[in-house]
Amino acid sequence: MAIFNLTVNGKKTKVDVEPDMPLLWVVRDFVGLKGTKFGCGMAQCGACTVHVNGEATRSCQIPVSSLTKNAKITTIEGIGETQLHAVQQAWIEEQVPQCGYCQSGQIMSAVALLKTTPNPTDADIDTYMSGNLCRCGTYDRIRKGIHRAAESLKAGNIGGK
Amino acid sequence: MENIENNLIEKATSGDLGATSRRSFIKTGSLTGVGLMVGLNSFAKEKHPKKISHTDPKSAVLDLEINPFIIISTDGSIALINPRPDMGQGSTQAAPSLIAEELEVSLDKVKLIQSGGQEKYGSQQSGGSSTVRGLWTSLRKAGAAAKEMLIETAAKRWNASISDCYAQEGKIYLKNSDKSFSFGELVDDASKLQVPKNPKLKDPKDFKILGKYNKRLDVPERVTGKAIFGIDIEVPNMVYACMQHSPTIHGKIVSIDDSEALKVKGVLQVIKTKRPMPHRGADAVAVIASNWWAALKGRKALKVSWDNGDLAKTMTTDNYFAATYEAAKKEGIRYEEKGDFNAKFANAKQKLEFNYETPFLAHAPIEPECAVVHVKDDGTAEVWAHVQGPDGGLSDVSRALGISKDKIKFNVPLLGGSFGRKAYHDYLNETCLLAKELKRPVKMMWTREDDITQGPYRPGMLSHMQGFVDKGKIIGFHHHAIGESIVGQVFGGLAPDESDPWLSGEISTENSKYEFPVSKVSWTNVKTEIPIVWWRSVYASNMGWGQECFIDELAQLAGKDPLQARLDLVKDARYKKVLETVAEKANWKEKLGAGQGKGIAVFASFGSISACCITVSKDGAGVKIDKVVSVLDCGYYVNPDHVKAQTEGNIVMGITAAIKGGITFTNGVCDQTNFHQYNIMRLNEAPKIEIHIIDSGENPGGVGEPGLPPIAPALGNAIFAATGKRIRKLPFDITNLG
Repeated sequence: MAIFNLTVNGKKTKVDVEPDMPLLWVVRDFVGLKGTKFGCGMAQCGACTVHVNGEATRSCQIPVSSLTKNAKITTIEGIGETQLHAVQQAWIEEQVPQCGYCQSGQIMSAVALLKTTPNPTDADIDTYMSGNLCRCGTYDRIRKGIHRAAESLKAGNIGGK
Repeated sequence: MENIENNLIEKATSGDLGATSRRSFIKTGSLTGVGLMVGLNSFAKEKHPKKISHTDPKSAVLDLEINPFIIISTDGSIALINPRPDMGQGSTQAAPSLIAEELEVSLDKVKLIQSGGQEKYGSQQSGGSSTVRGLWTSLRKAGAAAKEMLIETAAKRWNASISDCYAQEGKIYLKNSDKSFSFGELVDDASKLQVPKNPKLKDPKDFKILGKYNKRLDVPERVTGKAIFGIDIEVPNMVYACMQHSPTIHGKIVSIDDSEALKVKGVLQVIKTKRPMPHRGADAVAVIASNWWAALKGRKALKVSWDNGDLAKTMTTDNYFAATYEAAKKEGIRYEEKGDFNAKFANAKQKLEFNYETPFLAHAPIEPECAVVHVKDDGTAEVWAHVQGPDGGLSDVSRALGISKDKIKFNVPLLGGSFGRKAYHDYLNETCLLAKELKRPVKMMWTREDDITQGPYRPGMLSHMQGFVDKGKIIGFHHHAIGESIVGQVFGGLAPDESDPWLSGEISTENSKYEFPVSKVSWTNVKTEIPIVWWRSVYASNMGWGQECFIDELAQLAGKDPLQARLDLVKDARYKKVLETVAEKANWKEKLGAGQGKGIAVFASFGSISACCITVSKDGAGVKIDKVVSVLDCGYYVNPDHVKAQTEGNIVMGITAAIKGGITFTNGVCDQTNFHQYNIMRLNEAPKIEIHIIDSGENPGGVGEPGLPPIAPALGNAIFAATGKRIRKLPFDITNLG
């Protein structure tokens, strides 16, 4: 076991875990944030997507020891703490989720996409979001949700905290 | 959603009601066959923990359950019970909407409680697309009965006639006055009344909730990470379990070397155990650890030697399908027959005979199977399990633990997808066996590999089709369904001379409404040890493929337009309307570009009729899907947006089932292990879709499944129209049709 100092959603936290433990399990079972989900354990489904220094990352593939000392981790719980993020609002407007299990990962990917591509085309969305599986089949609504969130961000919605 | 009802029962039955016990079990003829029960419950206890008094119950807030689905507190708060677990289909909102409509309350002002398997709630199985169609009348009656009891109480207090009182937004009003009582002010007296047997239900034209677009109230928690799924349950002092199952599913353990596993930090112990399935039990090993990652590492370090018997030879999908093709050459067990099909087919001049194959499929909900079970020192148990039916789940847990149902609290967290999978309780039974031994809470979680390699699966099936035409008309049609029986394997309930009623009903002419002059439906059971179970739309997902592609082939032989050929066979007005609507919405008759084609299919299942039209265009060696138009007549429905969402899901899952890989077994072992080999459709592959609901005003039908069966055949028919290639075996590679 080893001590790791992490910054999760802006809060400093200390965990005592095995160095090879993936960030996913650290976040879920040691930091206690259950919004990030397990789906495949091999970066095939995207349910575990979090942001590491702002970049969408499959947390099931990141051993906690591989994080740099000042890595900033953001989970689904951290993107709309004081006010729902524009993507979350759009997800409600479009009624995107069915079971919702994959949606934490979908939303984290969508937020990251809009950061780098504020006006995504359908093709941009297809490329960026193809790493996130949804077995309920909400893809059509995810596309609509991203376009809606993009419009909302452009209109000055601050989006998130 | 909370799960407090078990406490209510415990309290009521333990005599913990003090002076209110007089009212604790007032039996009356109730609508649901369950006695009227009035009592304190833990709902009140939680809110007013210090006020509960055995000697002075009036000092506490009374929560009065005026029928099993409605709890109204004297402080005015209202809770409604949802008896159907939510796996994404929206039952959390749909079922309580039925009560709220008649009770005249808004859903955003009530508390929703998930039932936990108690008998008084009747069947609690989310399955068979049954939530709305199964509860449409009974839950509305529950709401209407409670409303009538409240109105009667108010009328008495005002010395007014019942007809001068009405309910609105949680209050009873007296017409032409400023008088009103909240439900909470009336409920104590109202609960003493007889439950009306035939309360008057609202005219659908007066509906405020049912049939209207409403946002799902649980969406915010599903986009903020706050929704609690089965996998998210954590209880104090809990340990984690990871299972090592047999690679051949049924292999027997010869030896276990756990020396390396026990060296993994966090691993506590290794247990030789079982995976109980309905048709047989399988050996398994559990690695118990202080966290799940350690348990998984421990599993990887295990060395288990298995005796696989003949499974390497017998349990292969190649052998299974070879047996189905052999069976297609022989006569099956007849389910229905009109005319002497065999004789007429033998003499027919224009006839066709083809086999249509559908693969085994995994459900692969993104949330894997898991459960938390705690067997306590006092002989009671508590369970947290994302099952589709807590009533069946409770029975299974009771059997597995040897603890009576009244001593088990069954909590149902949300299901992260299911599609039929989580109505098969092998993983729950497995957890119970561990909990019994460990005597502390245990959270057992499957990996994706467990989910994909262990089954149960949708059975692969063969449809052996025969048909003939005469003078431009389809005359004779025989659907011979061949494969393993769900009724037989899961329930052990199929006699050797019996055709699987679930399947044969799906392909009967009574269901298809095709009025062939000569027809036959038959069945041959080809057995397999590969575990099977229902999968979204059950056999309809297999059978739609053969039925609807073969109709197209016969139409072609008869020189008929595929839409017209179907319309010629059907007299039923609803079916005709569905077909005509899909043709109109998809612009069936439009001139298509070179290399483009449209395909149509219709299938009825779970009380609804669905048709689909898919347009494809040639794209290299394959085709691309330009558009999917689905039409559904599901009668009355709760929320058009639920209907659309479910149909969108059915389109994606139906296409996935057609063009992505199936499950195959070689040498007794599943060839696919995770999503890199068991592919499901991704966003970049999702086609343009359009959905139309027909407002037929008929009795409610299912919504969660009926959209799926027509998808694959509509695609196959479109590909034939575009390319002239007839595909008869699923899955196929849409990018390379060969």
